[in-house]
Amino acid sequence: MNPEPLLTVRDLKTWYPIRRGVLNRAMGFVRAVDGVSFSLEKGRTLGLVGESGCGKTSLGRSLAGLEVPRSGEVLFRGEPVPPGNRRGKIWHKRIQMIFQDPFSSLNPRMTVMDIVTEGMAEHGMLKGSREQAAREVVSRVGLDPDAVFRYPHEFSGGQRQRISVARAVSLNPELVVCDEAVSALDVSVQAQVIRLLKRLQEELALSYLFISHDLAVVSTLSHEVAVMYLGKIVEYGPTAEVLHKPQHPYTQALLSAVPRPGKEKTHRIVLPGEPPSPARPPSGCRFHPRCPQAMEVCRSVDPDARTRGPVQVWCHLY
Amino acid sequence: MTRPLLELTDLKVVFDTDEGVLAAVDGVGFSIQRNEVLGLVGESGCGKSVTAMSMLSLIPSPPGRIVSGRALFDGRDLISLSHQELRQIRGRRISMIFQDPMTALSPLHRIGNQLAEVWAIHSSMKNREALERAREWLGKMGIPDPGDAISAYPHELSGGMQQRVMIAMALMLDPELVIADEPTTALDVTTSAQIFELLHEMRRDRTSILLITHDLGVVWETCDRVLVMYAGKLVEEAPVRELFRQPAHPYTRELLRSIPGFDPDRELYAIKGQVPSALNYPAGCRFHDRCPDAFGRCEQEEPPLYVLSGGRRSACFLAEKWVS
Ligand SMILES: Nc1ncnc2c1ncn2[C@@H]1O[C@H](COP(=O)(O)OP(=O)(O)OP(=O)(O)O)[C@@H](O)[C@H]1O
Ligand SMILES: Nc1ncnc2c1ncn2[C@@H]1O[C@H](COP(=O)(O)OP(=O)(O)OP(=O)(O)O)[C@@H](O)[C@H]1O
Ligand code: SF4
Ligand SMILES: [Mg+2]
Ligand SMILES: [Mg+2]
Repeated sequence: MNPEPLLTVRDLKTWYPIRRGVLNRAMGFVRAVDGVSFSLEKGRTLGLVGESGCGKTSLGRSLAGLEVPRSGEVLFRGEPVPPGNRRGKIWHKRIQMIFQDPFSSLNPRMTVMDIVTEGMAEHGMLKGSREQAAREVVSRVGLDPDAVFRYPHEFSGGQRQRISVARAVSLNPELVVCDEAVSALDVSVQAQVIRLLKRLQEELALSYLFISHDLAVVSTLSHEVAVMYLGKIVEYGPTAEVLHKPQHPYTQALLSAVPRPGKEKTHRIVLPGEPPSPARPPSGCRFHPRCPQAMEVCRSVDPDARTRGPVQVWCHLY
Repeated sequence: MTRPLLELTDLKVVFDTDEGVLAAVDGVGFSIQRNEVLGLVGESGCGKSVTAMSMLSLIPSPPGRIVSGRALFDGRDLISLSHQELRQIRGRRISMIFQDPMTALSPLHRIGNQLAEVWAIHSSMKNREALERAREWLGKMGIPDPGDAISAYPHELSGGMQQRVMIAMALMLDPELVIADEPTTALDVTTSAQIFELLHEMRRDRTSILLITHDLGVVWETCDRVLVMYAGKLVEEAPVRELFRQPAHPYTRELLRSIPGFDPDRELYAIKGQVPSALNYPAGCRFHDRCPDAFGRCEQEEPPLYVLSGGRRSACFLAEKWVS
């Protein structure tokens, strides 16, 4: 029997009410996450990619218990994650999140030292002096240890992002949801932070859900990749398979648009039409209005998972 | 050659901190031509955002101080303009896309009203018409349900959607110069390509863009020329193809080497050593302790920014060697 996965997600739905008008009545729902299932084992990284607004952050927040799912299950070590703590306090110190926005996720009135040792003190694991502990974590992410007495607004975008990384890893978590955790860094500093994340994974058997728009970064770090489109996973499998032999037409379009030095723009698959509404998702396959290969069946029947070697793909072509 | 749209000379900006004077930008100068996209790249913390914000007097002061520098735009020095005069230019003729969406968006107001407000300040457009235009712009930015999105608050939008609202805000008034600080970090590659198409169209009309980005693929696809900064200084300037073909500064070369490939098995390359602290940048060439090519002179003497042929500049003693 396989060991129990660290994290199991079953048919998760996270919807947001659309409140409009003077009465603030719910006029419908944004179906940000609309039926997602996967599992993540100890010491593994799942890369999560997809169009802006497709629900990646909402999924990450739901795993950390920061959103109330409408239905479905999130199990951490076999136990349900108690949902509904929207105040930004994560229920379990074993799950940490590096937030997408490094500007508003750091408390402006706390020094870097307070930020990176807050959790340690709270969880009663502060060894030695606070300052020393802070200096140590901060230099691990390539920041000047003397920076511990400064405040977040005194740092550049990428420096703040590294403070967020330092805070998350300082707590010895088992699962870290990394939401665009290295996107504000130049490629060299980015490589340092990625190496740090990898090293921690090796030493502590950490698991990551790694959300990123940078497919090259995803490829260097992830064991598996999930591609999301409009609230659902459309392709899932080992990194090399998904990124080198993409099968879903959306994944193919995404990869074709990656800009790289030396590469010309001409091979880009341009998606026609308007981006669809997550409040009124298209019938059938959600991608069909923009899919270059859509067939008649795609308009009416939502494709179920097809297994193609080690990859699962939700598309009628297969 | 025609007069540049903007000409920045000898910009020096410091921050007074408890640990001492932090020299964020130290003598940076460049010019932006009409209808061009000028890229600005460099290590995290090297002074890109501070350079951009100084040109519009947006540095918080205190603790920030512009010690020297001129930014000539249309014959006037932006740095010495009064607040009143700057307001005439900011937004309308020069606009800025901030690295942090929430510096431009208020959490308390609906998106549509915030966009409409931009027109209200600069024209006599009626509110209804302004809201209609806001809706159109959100559509152009690829935001689904733009009619709905105008009534949303910023926190109800995803990171990339907030970023696109801010881009719309900066482009709406058809400015001559857009300063874009990491405008697409929160966007997937297809959406980002769509935004750059739009910028490209605007530029054909008349807009120039200063594009700060860490994405070297985007630089390759979008920029005409590129500036490279390291530790508060400009270290290289080159036409985009030339920069990638034959970098004229070891920092640039090492940076390009660090671009991650699509190969999970390849070890990631990072420049050796640590990013220096802006509180005490090394003497001599600021890159010397991390530079594979450094020799005795680099430790003692600061290399000037050498002018090379083909519109290139490099601040390395060996500049000529790298391009020969
Ligand atoms: N608090 C909220 N209230 C209402 N709608 C929300 C809220 N948070 C997110 N949404 C909506 O849910 C959808 C998914 O948003 P989410 O932030 O998960 O996207 P994302 O995939 O992380 O996008 P990005 O790549 O741009 O960060 C979007 O349509 C967004 O507008
Ligand atoms: N308000 C401030 N007070 C003190 N120091 C500051 C302040 N703002 C910026 N700095 C410092 O100035 C230097 C340059 O910052 P800047 O934001 O220009 O970097 P950047 O090149 O934009 O980096 P990134 O790519 O990470 O955004 C950094 O060392 C930063 O810590
Ligand atoms: S199911 Fe049809 S519409 Fe959907 S991706 Fe496949 S071919 Fe395209
Ligand atoms: Mg997000
Ligand atoms: Mg910056």
